[in-house]
Amino acid sequence: MSDTPISRRALLGSTAAIGSGLLLSGCDRLNGSETFRGILQTGGDVNFAVHRALGSHSALAREFPISARSPFFRGNGTQNPTAAPYPAALAENFANWTLEARGLVDRPGRWTLDALRAMPQRTQTTRHDCVEGWSAIGTWTGVPLRLLLDQVGVQKAARYVVFRCADVMGGGIPYYESIDLIDARHPQTIIAHKLNDQPLPVRNGAPLRLRVETQLGYKHAKYLQAIELVASLEDIGQGKGGYWEDVASYAWYAGI
Amino acid sequence: MDDAAEPILGDQNGAAGSDQPSPVLRTKHALPTRLWHWLTAISVIVLFMSGLNIFNAHPMLYWGSYGANADPHWLKLSQFPAWATIPGYYSLADARLWHFFFAIILAFGLLAFLLVSIVNRHIQRDLHIGRREWARDNIRRDIVSHAKFEFVGETTQKGYNWLQKITYIAAIFILIPGMIVTGIAMSPAMDANWTWLLELLGGRQSARSIHFIFAWSLFAFFLLHIILVLLTRPLAQMRGMITGGRKPVETD
Repeated sequence: MSDTPISRRALLGSTAAIGSGLLLSGCDRLNGSETFRGILQTGGDVNFAVHRALGSHSALAREFPISARSPFFRGNGTQNPTAAPYPAALAENFANWTLEARGLVDRPGRWTLDALRAMPQRTQTTRHDCVEGWSAIGTWTGVPLRLLLDQVGVQKAARYVVFRCADVMGGGIPYYESIDLIDARHPQTIIAHKLNDQPLPVRNGAPLRLRVETQLGYKHAKYLQAIELVASLEDIGQGKGGYWEDVASYAWYAGI
Repeated sequence: MDDAAEPILGDQNGAAGSDQPSPVLRTKHALPTRLWHWLTAISVIVLFMSGLNIFNAHPMLYWGSYGANADPHWLKLSQFPAWATIPGYYSLADARLWHFFFAIILAFGLLAFLLVSIVNRHIQRDLHIGRREWARDNIRRDIVSHAKFEFVGETTQKGYNWLQKITYIAAIFILIPGMIVTGIAMSPAMDANWTWLLELLGGRQSARSIHFIFAWSLFAFFLLHIILVLLTRPLAQMRGMITGGRKPVETD
C-alpha cells in the first residue's frame, strides 16, 4: 500500500472498529484507494482461478422442465433500444438483421437470421441469475457459439470473444461484453433467437442475444450485431472487457 | 458458572506457607483461536455491511429456484440506510468487491481454524458437550442462572457452560458454514459443478433467502456476544482475546 495512514487505519480498524461511523468513513476512504481496490479485486481473481482450476470447463448448468419456467421473464438494463439502426430494424421485424464475425478469424463475414436458424440448434430451459439477486427460468433456442466459431475459423492468437450490441448506453457507448474461449465453447453457450418458443421479445434482446449459462446476466449481451475475436481485452473499451466492467468496476468474471 | 463455589484446582496442593491458593494456570485462548477470532470478526462485519449493500440492489426474497419482481415473494423491504452499508453509499459493484474478498478470508479462515482446533483439541476440550452437561438439571440450572443475570461481573474460570457451548457451536458449526455454503450456492458457475448444492437447499432463491436469514442470525449472535462480554468484565475479556489470558487447568 502506498498510502501509510490508510494502511495503518486498516490494521487498527481490525481491533477498534465497532463504531459504525469511524468504520464507514474508513471503509469509504479505502474504497477510493486504487491500491486497496486492487487488493479487494484479488478476491474475485481467486474465485476465477479456483473455478477454472477445480471446476469442469464443460459442466452443464442445470436444465429445468418446461413446467418450472417463470410465468414472466423480466428484462433488465436496456429494454427498448432507441438508437439507429434498431428502431428501423424492429419496424421491419429484423428482416435485414445480420450478425457479423470479425477480428482474429480466417473467414470474416455475416450471418442472416435465416442462416442462423438453418444451423443446428440447441434448446435449453435454464435459470438466469441477475447480479442484482433475482432469477428467472426460461427456455432458450439458438445456435451453439462454438459452431459459429468453427465456421469462421478462430485464429491461434485469439483468446476472447467480444460481443457488440445495438443498445447505446450512458455516454453514447454501445453495450459490449466478452468471454474467454473456454466459456465460448461451452456446450450451453448459444446465440439465442427464441425465448419460450417465441422470437425473442425486445426487452430480452431481440433479435439475437448471448446465453452463457454459468455466468451472471450482465454477461448475456443482448441486441447482438457482431462477434469479434481478439487476443487481448486491452483495446476494448477501457480495457476491462465489458461496459459495466469499464464504467462501474463490475467483475469481468461473473461466475459468482 | 454453576460451579463457581467449588475450590479451584491447585488448592489441595497449595504452596506450603501461603494463605492464598495458587491455581495451576494455562493460556485461556490459544494463539490460533485469537487470530481466527479477530479475522472472523472483521470479516463478518464487512460481509454483513457489504451484504446489506448487495441486498439493496433487489430488496425482495423468494423461495424456490426462480424469483423476480412479478413472482410471489416472502419478504420485501425498502433499502437499508447508507450508514449500515459498505461502501457508505449504494454501489453493487464495489460492495461485491468487498464481499468476495472477505468471503475468502472467512471461508479459508474457518477451514484452518477447524483443522487446528481439532489438532490442538480446542474443540474436544472446550466446545464438546459431555454427557453430564446434557443432564436436565444442569441445563435448567444454567438457563435459570443466565435468566437471573448471575454471570454478571464473572469471568469464565473453568470452561464454558452449556448455554455458551451451544451458542458457540451454533455459530461455528451452523451459522458461519451455512453462510459460506449458501453463498457458494448463489454462484451460477459453482451450481453447474456442484449440482447437489441447490438440490440440498431447494433452489437458488431459497439459498439467497437462507443466506439472508443466517446473516441476521449471525448479527443476533454478534449482539449477544458483545452484550455478554460487556456484562462480564469487558476489559479482562478483551485482554484475554488479545494476549491469550490465563485460566485454571481443569481437573478432568
